[in-house]
Amino acid sequence: MRVTIEINGTERVLDDVWEGESLLYALRERAGLPGAKNACEQGECGSCTVYLDGRPVCACLVAAGQAAGHAVRTVEGLSTVDGELDRVQRAFLAAGAVQCGFCTPGLIVATHDLLARVPSPDDAQIREALSGNLCRCTGYEKILDAVRLAAGSPA
Amino acid sequence: MSTVPARTAQDLTADVAGGIGHSPQRPDGVLKVRGEFAYSSDLWADDMLWGATLRSPHPSARIRGVDTSAALALPGVYAVLTHADIPGPSKHFGLVVSDQPVLAIDEVRYQGEAVAVVAADHPETARRAVAAIRVDYAVREPVTDAAAARADDAPRVHPDGNIVRYARIRRGDPAPTADVVVRGEYAIGMQDQAFLGPESGLAVPAADGGVDLYVATQWLHADQRQIAPCLGLPQDKVRLTLAGVGGAFGAREDLSMQIHACLLALRTGRPVKFVYSREESFFGHVHRHPATLSYETGATRDGKLVYVKGSVVLDGGAYASSTPAVVGNATSLGAGPYEVPNVHMDVWGMYTNNPPCGAMRGFGSVQAAFGYESQLDRLAAALGLDPVELRLRNALHQGSTMPTGQVVDSAAAVREILTAVRDMPVPPTDPGTDPLGLPGGAGNTTHGEGVRRGIGYAVGFKNVGFSEGFDDHSTARVRLGVVGGEPVAVVRTAAVEVGQGHVTVQQQIARTELGVDRVVIPPADTSMGNAGSSSASRQTYLTGGAVRAACRAVRDRVLDRARARTGVRDGLDLAGGNVVDAGGAVLVPLAELLADGEIDETAVYRPRRTAPMDPDTGRQDFAHLQFAFCAHRAVVDVDTELGLVRVVELAAAQDVGKAVNPGALVGQIHGGSVQGMGLALMEEIQVEGGIVRNPSFTDYLIPTILDTPPMPVEVLELADPHAPYGLRGVAEPPTISAAPAVVAAIRAATGRPLTRIPVRPQDITG
Ligand code: FES
Ligand code: FES
Repeated sequence: MRVTIEINGTERVLDDVWEGESLLYALRERAGLPGAKNACEQGECGSCTVYLDGRPVCACLVAAGQAAGHAVRTVEGLSTVDGELDRVQRAFLAAGAVQCGFCTPGLIVATHDLLARVPSPDDAQIREALSGNLCRCTGYEKILDAVRLAAGSPA
Repeated sequence: MSTVPARTAQDLTADVAGGIGHSPQRPDGVLKVRGEFAYSSDLWADDMLWGATLRSPHPSARIRGVDTSAALALPGVYAVLTHADIPGPSKHFGLVVSDQPVLAIDEVRYQGEAVAVVAADHPETARRAVAAIRVDYAVREPVTDAAAARADDAPRVHPDGNIVRYARIRRGDPAPTADVVVRGEYAIGMQDQAFLGPESGLAVPAADGGVDLYVATQWLHADQRQIAPCLGLPQDKVRLTLAGVGGAFGAREDLSMQIHACLLALRTGRPVKFVYSREESFFGHVHRHPATLSYETGATRDGKLVYVKGSVVLDGGAYASSTPAVVGNATSLGAGPYEVPNVHMDVWGMYTNNPPCGAMRGFGSVQAAFGYESQLDRLAAALGLDPVELRLRNALHQGSTMPTGQVVDSAAAVREILTAVRDMPVPPTDPGTDPLGLPGGAGNTTHGEGVRRGIGYAVGFKNVGFSEGFDDHSTARVRLGVVGGEPVAVVRTAAVEVGQGHVTVQQQIARTELGVDRVVIPPADTSMGNAGSSSASRQTYLTGGAVRAACRAVRDRVLDRARARTGVRDGLDLAGGNVVDAGGAVLVPLAELLADGEIDETAVYRPRRTAPMDPDTGRQDFAHLQFAFCAHRAVVDVDTELGLVRVVELAAAQDVGKAVNPGALVGQIHGGSVQGMGLALMEEIQVEGGIVRNPSFTDYLIPTILDTPPMPVEVLELADPHAPYGLRGVAEPPTISAAPAVVAAIRAATGRPLTRIPVRPQDITG
């Protein structure tokens, strides 16, 4: 089937989408946006987190067809058009919160959403907000540092 | 030559100034935070096909027949291959022993063993084709008890018997006695590395009849060595390039989809991509060896260790993988980081029909440490001594003799790291009443009633680099040239970046040695010499050593040119892109010197060569290159009624010799600690009758940010004079000491013996 989705501000027409295909597959394999990652495809790891109409979702749990007519924003759509990094992206870099980086796109979208809702979260709020995002490399300490750092920088 | 796929590994050019001892940003960091870093699962070629694998549902069975006709008849299916399609000469692979069939040959030895592979135009078509393959199995009773598999009359998993390796230590008195003796039996479940980036890669058939494979691995040359003979190709026609790696932790040291993708690419003439699902990933890589351990520890009344007798059975599962090395570590390190005059160790690594086990962070040491550290706590209780005090009285130090007879020839800071964690401030004792800060967390299971606090300590240690006579080495090529009027160093190696930050370290070394800011790291590939594996905490030491050596060769030639040009003979140095004199004054810019041509040097770095242990006594003066130590103090709150644990704090102290990149190494200590904590509390692949019960992230739990406590870290820098910059390997020791420290803390809170990890709620509630 043909599916039309607004992705990172641009209307995209995706052809030959199979009914069972997830939004994650459509983004990665059809829209050329591999930023959202596939680590479990079961809604457990948060690596595939993207915005759907402004709310973070696991793209692996959304059928591509369900996203038709809606607006999706991925990690690739967070930096400004001229390529400048978002403050969350800068903070993850500066805090050393990136090792293998496979969890990073999902964590960055989840943090971006948290800071939009709660500008100055305490540690308990950060842990709660990021509890759906697994990271196997960092032990999360520097991810906490990154979120604190981002919260303290101008948006 | 083939065309390079549309999306593939990138040169890393981004850099932030910073040499040895600094923590510059990762050169791949900007790509990673933008979502633009090309992981192996992101690779893409125009006309590529998707691979899929048919795996055995049975842990042990004969195969009477395989019928692929229905699969081949499906539209969109381009190839279905079984073992009969493997050109050979080899149809097997294996890291140490070539014992595992690329595709099952007449029998399967574990649930999940690959039987056939398919290439199709959509991953769903490939999955349907796999489902359409008919296999006629004659199911057999699996061998699932590793200890029982040692019996002479046990059914054989492989024709030569079930023992992959037996090793032992016989040191000192053969029948030692002591004032106080404690005995214990311990068990460790099967842990999974659970990296986030699934096994994946893209094989592209080449015009010269060879194949180019872009893949996430830990050791490009070991892959190449095993792949080529199965394809019937010479090594140089199987070219590997590292794609982005989403974590490894040992699980990528063995092959997964590599040979399958190459076979299908060569058969179809099209690029073939594999990406394992999470469930398939659980079957697609080896795990940490489950173990049963039996220890007897004797000491004098004033707490000096007299002897350790240990017997360890490691379940290696269906194929050997790195079991021989795991056995070697559990044997030689099995008495712990202590001075013990009399040691008997007997360690078996076994074949069974359970999932194959091999490398995972800290292998061999993790299992042994749970045994020897639990024993020390038992002994402390029997002696009425403080557990830290008992450890201090027996701490290994520089000049101590290991059970193998090896004398520790650089710092062994057991005393220093133990006192460091002991002396860190202790978190406030009142856990409060917010459920999020209590055991059970958001489950809201307690408001503090039945909650008890406990504190536990442990020390662990690990050999760094490959031991027991392996010719460990690495290779680097460094080219210094001029780009846009600026001196630029290009550092090429085959060393694998798995997330640990090795690419950052390579840049730091080049900046320090060559006095330049700009350092480019092209993707690692097999056109370079062997770098060895990104495992055994060895890459900063080994490839770091090679990069340093190549830089120094380049530097010597630069300085020769500078002497010829300036006439200044002595005290020349490189700094800030210039050749400077002893006072730091600029003599000549590098860019000017390099106008005469760039300088290009390759170096192979070989550290001191280790040697095998004596098979009867374990005796060997130099079995290991280097030892690395970590200590933990765990503080836990335990809901004693429900058996739930919350780790309040997990403090670590580690000697790193030289903090080459302080930020990255603290990140290693954090991540390694949490993997050890996960082993203590929740991580276990549950295997019943050879069948894996929980191959998903829904059922195999790893710590989330809510499970993970604050982790203060103290880093010591006691240089090892034999190692580049004095450094010591970092990544594995934290995983070794974290698990026994957490369990010791739960014991302190509950008084329960807790002889098995992961600790289950019923172990606490009784
Ligand atoms: S891939 Fe979607 S939650 Fe894991
Ligand atoms: S950085 Fe590797 S999973 Fe988070």
